[in-house]
Amino acid sequence: MLHLSGGSPRTPGHLISAADLSRDDAVLILDTAEEMARVADRPIKKLPTLRGRTVVNLFFEDSTRTRISFEAAAKRLSADVINFSAKGSSVSKGESLKDTALTLEAMGADAVVIRHHASGAPYRLATSGWIDGVVVNAGDGTHEHPTQALLDAFTMRRRLIGPDAGLGQDLSGRRITIVGDVLHSRVARSNVHLLGTLGAEVTLVAPPTLVPVGVESWPCEVSYDLDQVLPKSDAVMMLRVQRERMNAAFFPTEREYARRYGLDGDRMARMPEHAVVMHPGPMNRGMEITAEVADSDRCTAVEQVANGVSIRMAVLYLLLGGSEPAVTNNATARTEENK
Amino acid sequence: MTKILIRGAKVLGGEPQDVLIDGETVAAVGTGLDAGDATVIEAAGKILLPGLVDLHTHLREPGREDSETVLTGTRAAASGGYTAVFAMANTFPVADTAGVVEQVWRLGKESGYCDVQPIGAVTVGLEGKQLSELGAMHDSAAGVTVFSDDGKCVDDAVIMRRALEYVKAFGGVIAQHAQEPRLTEGAQMNEGVVSAELGLGGWPAVAEESIIARDVLLAEHVGSRVHICHLSTAGSVEIVRWAKSRGIDVTAEVTPHHLLLTDELVRSYNPVYKVNPPLRTERDVMALREALADGTIDIVATDHAPHPHEDKDCEWAAAAMGMVGLETALSVVQQTMVETGLLDWAGVAERMSFKPASIGGLAGHGRPIAVGEPANLTLLDSAYRGVVDPAGFASRSRNTPYEGRELPGRVTHTFLRGRATVVDGKLA
Repeated sequence: MLHLSGGSPRTPGHLISAADLSRDDAVLILDTAEEMARVADRPIKKLPTLRGRTVVNLFFEDSTRTRISFEAAAKRLSADVINFSAKGSSVSKGESLKDTALTLEAMGADAVVIRHHASGAPYRLATSGWIDGVVVNAGDGTHEHPTQALLDAFTMRRRLIGPDAGLGQDLSGRRITIVGDVLHSRVARSNVHLLGTLGAEVTLVAPPTLVPVGVESWPCEVSYDLDQVLPKSDAVMMLRVQRERMNAAFFPTEREYARRYGLDGDRMARMPEHAVVMHPGPMNRGMEITAEVADSDRCTAVEQVANGVSIRMAVLYLLLGGSEPAVTNNATARTEENK
Repeated sequence: MTKILIRGAKVLGGEPQDVLIDGETVAAVGTGLDAGDATVIEAAGKILLPGLVDLHTHLREPGREDSETVLTGTRAAASGGYTAVFAMANTFPVADTAGVVEQVWRLGKESGYCDVQPIGAVTVGLEGKQLSELGAMHDSAAGVTVFSDDGKCVDDAVIMRRALEYVKAFGGVIAQHAQEPRLTEGAQMNEGVVSAELGLGGWPAVAEESIIARDVLLAEHVGSRVHICHLSTAGSVEIVRWAKSRGIDVTAEVTPHHLLLTDELVRSYNPVYKVNPPLRTERDVMALREALADGTIDIVATDHAPHPHEDKDCEWAAAAMGMVGLETALSVVQQTMVETGLLDWAGVAERMSFKPASIGGLAGHGRPIAVGEPANLTLLDSAYRGVVDPAGFASRSRNTPYEGRELPGRVTHTFLRGRATVVDGKLA
């Protein structure tokens, strides 16, 4: 049973790309995540919704944070979780993805959460006929990271509108600035699509070397000047800069990057009072963000981590279509009894 | 001697004529020819072309016989209407010695389906460092005249210059795979709108165009002949057009897939569309068609690149680059060039037979359909419409981008020196 109303036209029943989500689907996920967030406030953070279901975390690339976030989400919904780290296995010809998929299929995986270094690998997994289960993209190459974009949107909606007031709302009219290595960022790609769908105005800020050729077709503005954009931003999302980019001559030095595109206290002061600073983590303190900003109340990095679990619960619940409502009175009663 | 009378075929798309084959040669061309004791092929409405010549085929043998062999590759070639193919040098071992090119040449003779003319590597092991023994390959039984490191670019300007100069001694030509290596590190597809969305490493047009620009200038400087492999961008067309207008001795080829397919197809992440150079944009496709029509691009070459199923049945980044093309080339050219009115059949014969044979210096192929000429002929039913089904391919590999697509035209007969290699659409 698919609860996502339209699902995706390209990959129905899966979550591969933020670009595949309709406005209503995206809002439904955010609203469902609000319900899930309430569970986190309970002493016993568990729902019986996905009891008997098996969720496999298939990670071809290291990402402890994303993996444990999905693991926590699945476990809070009472699913059985298998962690499969395929890093280091030979993927020179790619058989390992297909063969691994066939293995998971044989083991009866209901959902496969896949992280892969190759752009498009989750799409192949969802459309190749290798498996029947639900595929959730947990980050593929430099393509997309849709649950990250959803948790970012969720965090923005909570901060800019409010948890309850935000229900049913999108981000119409909000101005979001994404700063840094857009070229290599799946987070940026997913956010541009999702925030556009939710009605926000997105501006990308980066040195021209870190903006992809072809960006002009994206539903956003591009600027090379952070100081000009900051005063008009409701949220500023700082992207992690990989230090190895420097060796590939994307910018001259770390210091020059930090001077032109890093967010420090002075720059933060130029943002509107209500504006928040976001970061998908892990942060390079002193590079794209100073400690002063990272540790300020306006920085949502830690909240984003907590919100990630709620979002991933919502996604797994909606895609796996648990046989009962996600949060029932029954469940409430049970957790209360267990107090 | 076997006699065959092809009755009523439109020779090069012109008026219906009868063509009598006697033994290995064309014995008569005319109307109302007496069949006598000849086997008659009723060919009313069909197009008779000189046997096609492919200047750019990967036969994979020696080394990757799991994807193709000289035998299976030449059977695929015959099925597609070819009577001669030039076999690229990127085999294992690399065709960089007289021994390897003679082996490939001999396997071609033994196959009997199609003449195989080996291409020699420009540099040892395709490493781009040291010239191969170009002269020895030319002097071998294989008589190599075309040299290419295809799959890799001869990117060192000095090595390229020396190669261009050196082969002048025996009328050779360097066929360049134009790909600036640094600009294409990690490249997975055409750099542009689609790559930006898909997050796949971009292969920018300028990486091809800058090498072509350099090489035509080098060819001009040393007075040599250069051939550009699988040209794929509108900008490359402009550079070749400029070079020709300047009198530089440059020729260029385009593949059928670059005449038909665009990078929009990569949105499927289906590695069957992964090829090098990558599928480009609609604008590039249109520029390539125009350039092939006006002669800026001289020939169509398939870049037939067979790969076993497992090398394509995987995620995009892990997949091998390339697509098979011998068996569909003429159909794609019919659809993109003839049915669009850009080229007539005489033009197709020029670009798929006469000119490639002349660039490669291949005697006995690319000859007029006239009395006394070798009977290398291809008979095409251009009215045919069919859906491509790779299960029926003669190639050992099935990596075609056209599976399930309707394409026009079907080769019904191919003759190699008077002997039928294809009869009624089936290998003889």
